Amino acid sequence: MALRVSLGVIGLVLAVAFPAVAEPSEARRHQLRNMVEQDCGSCHGMTRKGGLGSPLLAEDLAKVSAEGLVETILEGRPGTPMPPWKSILSRDDAAWIVAYLLGEVK
Amino acid sequence: MSRPILSVALAGLLLAGCSAPLRGTGDLGLVVERADGRVMVVENTGSTVLASVPGLGDLSHAAAVYSRDARHAFVFGRDGGLTKVDMLTGTIGGRVIQSGNSIGGAISQDGSLVAVANYTPGGIKVFDAKTLEPVADIPAIGADGKASKVIGIADLPGRRFIYSLYDSGEIWIADLTDPAKPAVRKFTNIGKLPYDALITGDGRWYLAGLFGEDGIAMLDLWNLDKGVTRILDHYGKGKEPLPVFKMPHLRGWAVAGNEVWLPAIGHHQVLVVDKTTWTEKARVDVAGQPVFAMARPDGRQVWVNFAVPNYNVVQVIDVPSKTVVKTIEPGKAILHMEFTAKGERVWLSARDSDKVVVYDTETLEQVAELPAAKPSGIFFTSRAHRTGL
Ligand code: HEC
Repeated sequence: MALRVSLGVIGLVLAVAFPAVAEPSEARRHQLRNMVEQDCGSCHGMTRKGGLGSPLLAEDLAKVSAEGLVETILEGRPGTPMPPWKSILSRDDAAWIVAYLLGEVK
Repeated sequence: MSRPILSVALAGLLLAGCSAPLRGTGDLGLVVERADGRVMVVENTGSTVLASVPGLGDLSHAAAVYSRDARHAFVFGRDGGLTKVDMLTGTIGGRVIQSGNSIGGAISQDGSLVAVANYTPGGIKVFDAKTLEPVADIPAIGADGKASKVIGIADLPGRRFIYSLYDSGEIWIADLTDPAKPAVRKFTNIGKLPYDALITGDGRWYLAGLFGEDGIAMLDLWNLDKGVTRILDHYGKGKEPLPVFKMPHLRGWAVAGNEVWLPAIGHHQVLVVDKTTWTEKARVDVAGQPVFAMARPDGRQVWVNFAVPNYNVVQVIDVPSKTVVKTIEPGKAILHMEFTAKGERVWLSARDSDKVVVYDTETLEQVAELPAAKPSGIFFTSRAHRTGL
């Protein structure tokens, strides 16, 4: 059931900008969860409460559009330490991470 | 593998008994077990674990400094916790939650004050090293009137601390000679987004790396009236920078003889700077975005680790020839390296392999391995007697 919900949400998140979206495999999702905690965590905090980077808690992100967040992850924010992750993360990965940060998938 | 476990049991017995043999702390250290809010007390003569100390809160990005007698460690956690760990008993000797979000700290030259640098709300808080009673609270309100994150804190001679304001681009020196009336000297307009800083071991030069523009802001602490000068105007991203997936740490500074070795930013290189002229002398190509470039205590080698996705390797550079002499793969996600006081060994934390590995720095071969849960920072007590650590 969880899978169905997550697919639905990613579909929603991405429906506007990107028509065809594939959810990353379970093995990849495992890597992504670890990456959010550890590698994003080095700037955003392991508990996402913020550090050098802004807080990434669901209530902070809810104010911004999901597509915008996907774009931020892939392209970074020039002029700030937020780097572009597109050499490491695919668009599907980034979309899944956004849904994960928003608490919509686990 | 069974040795560390045996040692833990043994240490437990020894520490519990009232007839515990006397020992010094000179070969002790802490390994931060990041995800579990725990630190291990280790000793680096036999490479074993002596104790495991839980209850330190959120330790992502934790740092530690030592009391001058090297009996206690002060551990700074991300959740704003300041915890005093007794290295001999392996217990917590005091703990305060002093802010919402901190990044590191420093201990004064005389050992009496511990200062914590905070992200939110930005500023420093100063505590009595003995009691952890609050002594002073100095918010970092920049010239723009806004609260700024504080980074790059270090101790200066006298009861002074130096640090940088990330958002407003300033360097401040807080003088706590009279803790009731801290005097703050501010240097403004130092450049955009200082992200970390280092102080040379002699306490004379403070260098703040800038993320928002190219260059390094430098302060000569023997000539404060000269103000901040800018060096290495090409240090930084320059044209066609590569993404920086983790901010380089300058605090693990490497000063080898007359050379300062710095991780480049946005380039897979380590820069060698001539400390007499503060100009670039050489660049050494390395395997990724460097995070730490650390000199072996004798200055003969520099060890470099890297940001994701190249963080499974570590490179050893020979200082005289400025060449990479060995690329090693000690484990997955190497976050930190720490040399023993005289540098015959180096400890490396392999976060995703859940272990700490120890290398002989002459043979460049692994000599020991200790299980650890998601280890990050490693801090040996020899830091107790060094300025800026
Ligand atoms: C090197 C430091 C650093 C790392 C590592 C990092 N970020 Fe960021 N990130 C930042 C900074 C700084 C900002 C704020 C940029 C600004 O001021 O607009 C930011 C902003 C963001 C935002 C926008 C938040 C908002 O409210 O608009 C998102 C989303 C984000 N990061 C996601 C991630 C993810 C996901 C990762 C890991 C894959 C990551 N970041 C890793 C530094 C970092």
